Amino acid sequence: MSQDNHTHESHTKKIWIVFGILSIVTIVEVWLGIIRPDFLVMTDFISMNLLNWIFIILTLYKAYKITWAFMHMDGEKASLRWAVVATVIFLVLYLLFILLVEGNYIYEIFKNSTIKWNF
Amino acid sequence: MGATVTTANKTENTWGGGNEPMGASYGKLMMWFFIVSDALTFSGFLAAYGFSRFKFIDNWPIADEVFTHFPFLHGVEAPMYYVALMTFILIFSSVTMVLAVDAGHQMKQKKVAFYMLLTIIGGLIFVGSQAWEWKNFIKGEFGAVETKGGSILQFVNKEGERVKLADFASTLQEDRTQHKSSNGVWFDEESALPTYSVAEVQAGFKAHPDLLIRTEKIYRDTEEDRANKGLEKGLNVNKKREILNRAESERMLANATLVVEGANLTRNEYGSKLFADFFFFITGFHGFHVFSGVIINIIIFFNVLLGTYEKRRSYEMVEKVGLYWHFVDLVWVFVFTFFYLV
Repeated sequence: MSQDNHTHESHTKKIWIVFGILSIVTIVEVWLGIIRPDFLVMTDFISMNLLNWIFIILTLYKAYKITWAFMHMDGEKASLRWAVVATVIFLVLYLLFILLVEGNYIYEIFKNSTIKWNF
Repeated sequence: MGATVTTANKTENTWGGGNEPMGASYGKLMMWFFIVSDALTFSGFLAAYGFSRFKFIDNWPIADEVFTHFPFLHGVEAPMYYVALMTFILIFSSVTMVLAVDAGHQMKQKKVAFYMLLTIIGGLIFVGSQAWEWKNFIKGEFGAVETKGGSILQFVNKEGERVKLADFASTLQEDRTQHKSSNGVWFDEESALPTYSVAEVQAGFKAHPDLLIRTEKIYRDTEEDRANKGLEKGLNVNKKREILNRAESERMLANATLVVEGANLTRNEYGSKLFADFFFFITGFHGFHVFSGVIINIIIFFNVLLGTYEKRRSYEMVEKVGLYWHFVDLVWVFVFTFFYLV
């Protein structure tokens, strides 16, 4: 999209469609966040409740839309796409894995040991 | 021009300079590098938030109960609506930014300027909203007391609804001994004076037999929780905070050492101490990004008005700040999810 020199046609329509999608996703998130349906909050899947899974998946979808449509990642070369996206995804997953497992471990220690801290 | 806009080298001179690795110009590639590193900084913040939250998963504040304000709706519980509005404002300013970039591709100076202006206004509204959110967070609404162990006790009525300190605390005639530097270590300062003293809150609690105490701890509806004699029957709901019965409430309140109103970096009335720290750091760091984004946008806006990019025959600069602006929006999408939704 950026490398060619001929006159660019307008993408205004596409931009508004993406805005519509992002708005709808946000509205769904907020709506779910307010009503918090019991069956989603109380059902766990891989140690997290379904509602949180839905939130995270919708967030990643929004992030994808912003990066691809607004930041024009769809027009970049595959090498740039991979260099940016794969690096971030790998490092973030790595960091999250270590910190969340460790956080959970400390929680267990606080809960099961003989120290009393919450009084 | 050569320094800011590189054009594709058609002569296949690999080592001769002027090449564009990955098909992106120098400026754009550097902006992507910056975005990757900044994304990792924010991930570090959010992962640290996740770490602390997992560590204190049983007594982390519930965001729905903290952020309940909406402008001009005093006393109305409106969880999420305000942040949702802020999210919309930021997404919309992202749209106007991408429209500016689009107009730049077609070399329409006036249109670029107009959309840049809208983006700047959107950014300013967002920063202002964040300031208002901070104000409410720092000021607090209900007030709480802190126990010897450092946990927060909040007050509820028989229906489980929050009660403000101001609604029940009694007024006592108390003397306050002033802390003078001659009586202490030189760096000791006199402590701040809350609206009510601990004794006043305790006396007020005694005078209102229908009040109960809500702790930081989250009720999980397990066998152990159901057998807990200290909890008020019928008021405790799964995944909400535990509400103590009257006898247990009185026993807990006797441990109170401090009255906490609002939030600062040391303690807050919402619960876990780390919660306020993360709120200030993560939304503050993001707000600072929005602020600097607005400043950069203003600079580019004036350059557009002056015709700098017309002379350059390229609006790539708008594209580069656009990348930064979308990134700020992208980060907010994650902050919104992990701070307010999850």
